[in-house]
Amino acid sequence: MLDILVPDFRVIAPELILIVTAFVIIFWELITRTARHGMSIFLGAAGTLVALAVTASLAQKTISTFGDALVLDPFASFFKMIFLVGLLLTIAISTRYMVDEGTKDHSEYYGLLILAVVGMMVLATGRELITIFLGLELMSMSLYVLAGLFKTDVRSNEAALKYFVLGSFATCFMLFGMSYIYGIAGTTHLRQIGRAIAENPALLADKGLILGMFTLLVGFAFKISAVPFHQWTPDVYEGAPTSVTAFMSAGPKAAAFAAMIRVLMEALPLMKTDWELLFTVVAVLTMTVGNLVALAQESVKRMLAYSSIAHVGYILIAFVASVGGHADRALSAILFYLLAYTFMNTGAFAILIFLRREGISGEKLDDFAGLSRRSPIGALAMLIFLFSLAGIPPTAGFAAKLSVFYAAVQGGYYALVVIGVINSAVAAYYYLRVVVVMYMQEPATEGGYAGTSPLLWAGIALALAGTIVLGVLPGGVLEAARLSVISLL
Amino acid sequence: MTDAVALVPLFPLLAVLVNLFIGKRLSKKAVGILACGAVGASLGASVLAVAGLMAMEVGHRSVEVILFPWIVSGGFQVPIGFLLDPLSAVMILVVTGVGFLIHVYSTGYMHEDAGFARYFLFLNLFVFAMLLLVLGNSYLLLFIGWEGVGLCSYLLIGFWFTKDSASDAGKKAFIVNRVGDFGFILGMLLIVYHFGTLHYGQVFARAPELFHAGDLPMVLITALLFVGAMGKSAQLPLHVWLPDAMEGPTPVSALIHAATMVTAGVYMVCRSSALYELAPVILSLVAVIGCLTAFFAGTIALVQNDIKRVLAYSTVSQLGYMFLAAGVGAYVAAIFHLVTHAFFKALLFLGSGSVIHALHEEQDIRKMGGLKKYMPTTHRTFVIGSLAIAGIPPLAGFMSKDEILYEVFNAGKGTGWVLLWIGGIVTALMTAFYMFRLVYLTFYGESRMDEEVEKHVHESPPPITVPLTILAVLSAVGGFLGIPVIKKWNIMHNWLGEAFHAAAEHTTEAATHAASAVSHLTVELGLMTVSVVVAVSGILIARTIILRRPALAEKMRNDYSFLYSLFLNKWWVDELYDLTIVNPLKRFADMCWSVFDVKGIDGTVNGTAKVANVSGGVLRKLQTGFVQNYALGIVIGLALMLVLAFF
Repeated sequence: MLDILVPDFRVIAPELILIVTAFVIIFWELITRTARHGMSIFLGAAGTLVALAVTASLAQKTISTFGDALVLDPFASFFKMIFLVGLLLTIAISTRYMVDEGTKDHSEYYGLLILAVVGMMVLATGRELITIFLGLELMSMSLYVLAGLFKTDVRSNEAALKYFVLGSFATCFMLFGMSYIYGIAGTTHLRQIGRAIAENPALLADKGLILGMFTLLVGFAFKISAVPFHQWTPDVYEGAPTSVTAFMSAGPKAAAFAAMIRVLMEALPLMKTDWELLFTVVAVLTMTVGNLVALAQESVKRMLAYSSIAHVGYILIAFVASVGGHADRALSAILFYLLAYTFMNTGAFAILIFLRREGISGEKLDDFAGLSRRSPIGALAMLIFLFSLAGIPPTAGFAAKLSVFYAAVQGGYYALVVIGVINSAVAAYYYLRVVVVMYMQEPATEGGYAGTSPLLWAGIALALAGTIVLGVLPGGVLEAARLSVISLL
Repeated sequence: MTDAVALVPLFPLLAVLVNLFIGKRLSKKAVGILACGAVGASLGASVLAVAGLMAMEVGHRSVEVILFPWIVSGGFQVPIGFLLDPLSAVMILVVTGVGFLIHVYSTGYMHEDAGFARYFLFLNLFVFAMLLLVLGNSYLLLFIGWEGVGLCSYLLIGFWFTKDSASDAGKKAFIVNRVGDFGFILGMLLIVYHFGTLHYGQVFARAPELFHAGDLPMVLITALLFVGAMGKSAQLPLHVWLPDAMEGPTPVSALIHAATMVTAGVYMVCRSSALYELAPVILSLVAVIGCLTAFFAGTIALVQNDIKRVLAYSTVSQLGYMFLAAGVGAYVAAIFHLVTHAFFKALLFLGSGSVIHALHEEQDIRKMGGLKKYMPTTHRTFVIGSLAIAGIPPLAGFMSKDEILYEVFNAGKGTGWVLLWIGGIVTALMTAFYMFRLVYLTFYGESRMDEEVEKHVHESPPPITVPLTILAVLSAVGGFLGIPVIKKWNIMHNWLGEAFHAAAEHTTEAATHAASAVSHLTVELGLMTVSVVVAVSGILIARTIILRRPALAEKMRNDYSFLYSLFLNKWWVDELYDLTIVNPLKRFADMCWSVFDVKGIDGTVNGTAKVANVSGGVLRKLQTGFVQNYALGIVIGLALMLVLAFF
């Protein structure tokens, strides 16, 4: 095809900007070897903002290139913005943390963050199995390295190794599934797979195709840490540097969701009945296990890891609901939820970073004691993030949960909604427990916090703004999300 | 100028906000000036607005100032708007005028209290809510004010909340008022249901078009609204909270529980006259309840020994008069009595406060006596107030009470109505008696004070005596607002007449009816004579029993011991309520708590939490930390998925 020779670079313009930024940063660090990384931070933030602006300017367009292997549609643009917001927040909250906690020399950190985001963007843009796989691997490889960034820290090493081994294992399943689908449909292009199945309904009963789809889904389920493919999550989240955990728990999950939605909607929409039941079971398991185990955690960081599993469970409710009549509402609820989660979850991790002090990691529940006394603003910010995570109005978390449950009710999945609401009630306990400790317990020790910096405050402020604005005025973003998923249906 | 009405509630509200945020940091003097200044400014704005209203043409004196839309829900709209007409004009003048005097008095009375700023915060808030109540242009705004004054009343009754009796009294007032408010809300909902709006003008204009007199919706609406009035204005059977409300500071009793808030029910019934005229049955009920309450509370006041309780029951009794008047369609008379009552009852309460203050919080009149020589100003003003309420011409109380009795006599609806008049006259006799029993026991005769107390008795300072003097003057001459017999000079009638269109026909009809029977003037003068004779005899009986022959009092107490203890124990109404309502409710609540709540709900909740926690702990064990186990988990997961898919 002609456009292989003359590709439309607008489709990957933000990716290209980020790649250039990442390489400039890596080479700059190599040459100067500064310890403050001020230039890298500036370049990273600037590159992200430019990419964000380019993405926003292309947000309404639908263009495909490279033989339709990559497609820029509103759906992809929406996800790209989620990733870029997550990246911006991560850069803001990690500057001081990386200097204090990391090795002096962490020149690759910002470059890897940006490359991971490039991988996520490819995931959201890819309309072809191999492209999706490439995006997934670019993202995962960067994350493996990021998880083990603290080379002298055992926990960080353990996290990286576990993540890598299990990640590779899951990737095997995914490739296996892809090969089956390719073998049966004769193509790796999503639309063409869909057409092949539509033209030959006998394929629907083909055990090979079902096996292929399920093993492919195992790979995705691993990436979004759905139960029972979640077990790496708490260990990795706890061991990885806090800023990396904040990053990992939002963007990469959203990217996996983006690819999964595209695969199921464009290639396998006719297999709905098969994956409807599957996701129903997985959603219930994911919510319930995530919330119940979160109850038993003493480390807030680990608690947030389990809470991220539980949130995936809520999102999967909307996934199931997309099979029902109002697929646009259900899918837009997913998009909205992921954006809201990016703000509130990164915000909560930012407070963990904020809490670090001499000899104290800021991850234990006890570290929150008396926070309201020592830093009323920090405590208030955490309160809002936790309320949002628990789904209390008027926060983003509430609007997100409401739109998910609403979509499920419209689709007639009442039992799932009831289970989801009960789970929310359980979850409120462990979120609010932190609030109780912050506001009602005396601080164990005196003294200030080491981790604060203007950029950290800026990150917290941005996360707060997102959490509150999406909570108070969710209408516009929800509508944008709805318009962006329509092209998939 | 009438636009100034928007400023009337604004000043107290601003003072509330200032006091709320920086009140604790202000000196007592600044707080006092702020609070009094706000109400004073409000009084000024009221005078200005009313002057503007007077300048308008008779018959068109009604101005609505819409501030902003508040509720807009489909066809149902409630703007925040004020209605200034002759009726609300009278009310805002009374509220801000008497309110201002009581604020000034309070700066003296509460001077030593630690909660000085808090006190004025509540008092200003009360004035704001009361002004909203009387100025609102719809039932909903009236209700907001209605609830606002209820809240302030609760807060101020329980102002000394460390005292059990005070916080109990506050709760009692609040709860009893809820019963009334419940009725009021239902009434409002019915209005919305039938009229689609709560706006006075629209409701009153449509009511005669949609309904005939005696139609069920009208009967229900007016009855339910009257239930609200019973609560707020302490009418039988919801009167029990008002005497207990005397636990609050005395100026509060004067302002809220005598002059203004408790008359809100009377105002509401008069405001709704257009509706009540369409429900003659309920109007009669209002009259009967009013008369019964007047009589009933009068009997209790005869024998009480707490100076404030006598006044409290007297207030209940006088409110009964006002409803009696409203019930026979004499709305002007009701409002007239409301105004004069505000003057003399505020005076009497403030006077009692002056006495209580001088005697170091002593309220038992058996431990007073002979105060005349110590407290000349308090004594003089108190006697003027007592003469006024007793109905001695030409003081304020005589004019208004006489008008009520005249209207009742002339209502001319058969023999039943003569009974109402007799009830009124008997109550008048009792009023004169109990007031002068109070005067004689407090200010005359031998001193029965403790020696220690007697040494320190002194006249109160100017912030207290000046308002007393002003109120005494108002109690003396306030009656001339409604000079009887010569209609042309009757300012009250000329001013308020147009506010009660529907009622106007009613009374004219009654008047012509009466005129045809006997000469109009003869009746009026005859009734006046009866009133005066009754009032004077009441005073003389009190003088005989209390001052001249105390032994007679002792003998009567023994001879009529049943009646005495019936009155002294307030007809055992509180005990009856405890027995039939309060205690069964408490037992039911206890049962709900111990069985339903503790075992049922708490058990379920705690049990669920325990299950969640335990299962969380168990599931946690699956998280072994070994990569091999995790990988196995993935495989098992896939296997289960395939089983699910294929089988």
